[in-house]
Amino acid sequence: MSESPSTPDSIHTDAFLARLMRDQLKLSIACALCFVVALVALPLLNYFQPEFMAQRVFGFTLTWLILGVLFFPFVWIISYVFIKRSIALEDAEAKAALDGLTK
Amino acid sequence: MNALLAAAGIDPWIAICSLVTVVITVGMGFWTAGKSKSAGDFFVAGRSVSVGWNASAISGEYLSAASFMGVAGMVMLNGYDALWYPVCYACGYLFLLLFIAGPLRRFGAYTIPDFAEGRYDSPVFRKIAVCFVLFIGFFYTMPQMKGAGTTLAYIFPGLHYSVGVIVVGAVITLNVSLGGMKGITLVQAFQYWLKVFAITVPIFVLASIVGHYQQHLEANKTAQETVAAAPAGIERKALTAKAPKDEQWIAPFGSLTTKAVDTAIKAAKTPEEKAALEANKKPYSLLYTYSLIIALVCGTAGLPHILVRFYTNPDGVAAKRTTMWVMILIGVFYVFPPVYGVIGRSLMPELYEAIGSKGTDKVVLELPTLLAGRDHPLLGSVLSGITCAGAFAAFMSTFSGLLVSMSSALAHDIYGRMLKPESSPEQRLKAFKWAAVIIGVVSVGLGTQVEKLNINYLVGQAFAIAAASYFPLLFMSVWWRGMTMRGAATGMLVGGLMALGAITLTTLSDVYAVQALADFWVAHPLARILCEQPAIWAVPLSIILMIVVSKATASTIPSDVRMKMLVLHAPEALGLKQEYIKEHEGLGGH
Repeated sequence: MSESPSTPDSIHTDAFLARLMRDQLKLSIACALCFVVALVALPLLNYFQPEFMAQRVFGFTLTWLILGVLFFPFVWIISYVFIKRSIALEDAEAKAALDGLTK
Repeated sequence: MNALLAAAGIDPWIAICSLVTVVITVGMGFWTAGKSKSAGDFFVAGRSVSVGWNASAISGEYLSAASFMGVAGMVMLNGYDALWYPVCYACGYLFLLLFIAGPLRRFGAYTIPDFAEGRYDSPVFRKIAVCFVLFIGFFYTMPQMKGAGTTLAYIFPGLHYSVGVIVVGAVITLNVSLGGMKGITLVQAFQYWLKVFAITVPIFVLASIVGHYQQHLEANKTAQETVAAAPAGIERKALTAKAPKDEQWIAPFGSLTTKAVDTAIKAAKTPEEKAALEANKKPYSLLYTYSLIIALVCGTAGLPHILVRFYTNPDGVAAKRTTMWVMILIGVFYVFPPVYGVIGRSLMPELYEAIGSKGTDKVVLELPTLLAGRDHPLLGSVLSGITCAGAFAAFMSTFSGLLVSMSSALAHDIYGRMLKPESSPEQRLKAFKWAAVIIGVVSVGLGTQVEKLNINYLVGQAFAIAAASYFPLLFMSVWWRGMTMRGAATGMLVGGLMALGAITLTTLSDVYAVQALADFWVAHPLARILCEQPAIWAVPLSIILMIVVSKATASTIPSDVRMKMLVLHAPEALGLKQEYIKEHEGLGGH
């Protein structure tokens, strides 16, 4: 793992790495939370509100409609938001680090 | 010819569609074999696959016999609870995307064992990681082989299950040993589109004739409804004796998750015992559901044959984009298999009476033939031919992918790194081919043993083991600087082996009917659930062990951990990207 000569020294500090990882992890955890909350909540709703979840919606039961159909687009939205933000974050980090080099 | 086939009980359309799929797959393998020259081509397709191709290829590889046939069969058999399988198969990729895909690609290693060694500078750890590639791989090949046996037995009535397993195993092994990874990228991408075509077109045609998804679902009454109000025009055959009741089938916490307690209730002697078990039924069932969810979601993020594909992306951004497209491609696919299960319940309840390859697992193949009884005999045969072609694509592509990753582990990690580090690239290519043959033979042998087990259930178990071993390893190694080799190895080994042991116990007692175990399960239904679905304790156990042991051995944190973390997390624009395995060495000694 030799260090590339063209990279600025500022990125080889613990502070830079800590910030880098913290920012990215924050984004990942925020997105993961949306997903996990839904995953935890659906069985709980089935458990405590069975009548409500069994009502018919377009012939499906509500819970079947959510799990069998609506869950997929929900996850696509999370991943789309994540990709957009994550790429923007990387660009900003790279730019900030490289600006540090030219100064 | 037609008369001959008909005399043998073989539908010519089904035979032709299946044959064409096999010929195209093998043909593409041969065609690309001429183009795969270097070791890089064999192992990671020269790292030059575009996002669209790679996403199609990952999806093609991922959608296995379990997805194509097993999910439909399981929804038909168990109803709502089985829906967690397709949903988590598709959505588990989110964890992979959020925490693992980008960093792993930046690190630039060929395989997970490469990553394990590179991150901790430990050849010992590489060996442990290789073992898990093989464990998980074999667990995952069994259901593919089962799918192959089921499909061939369906196309050629009278053919023994194990013949199908052997034929398909031999064809794919030949194909992989000729083409390697580059060969199969193209084939996998093609097979994704074939599978989507094969699952959607027949069900749209079928639904337009016999009634739609929601109409057939509506024909099943819920606990609140007194009569099943089938919408006008929806026919329904009477359910057979072994079919689950409507209100259990359509509602959560049905036969899949309550099986252990139900068995115990049947065996209970006193009414008090029965009442106590009844009271526990629903909470245990909730526990089962959560454990299943954890296994599937974390397991997806830890499947070695899927992870290796991320290395074929040119960079971390492409790896993330690819993951998002994979989620869309497989999500679209997974909406459809349950539809077969729901319509199958209404119109083919006779499948409930048989088990294994003659039962609900073949509903996808058999359902289109219903049209023959509705004055569309030709259409029924053609559509059934299409779903058979899709099934072929499903187990062939997943088995190919597994074979590549397992053969790579043997040839690249065990032979190239441990046995003969000084071997030439030619020798390694040869080793890859031999490794493919060895693993092909073992997989076929295992495949012939699992005829009685449910395809999807087998896959779920492979996921549980991956969830308790690779997922904690990758997640913690990528995000925690304090991890040490010993911590990582202890967590992965203990978590993975305990999950493997628990699952093997349940599988053994189901396949070989071990009486002592069966009695134990009846006496302790909770133990049965925790062994059948170990993720809920095995994943946290693995992570806790990693943290505790790493803290205890903190002095052995790799000295260049900051640099490693930078390579994992810094954007590529900073020029830190290092190919852990140098391409120019790819021809020399990677």
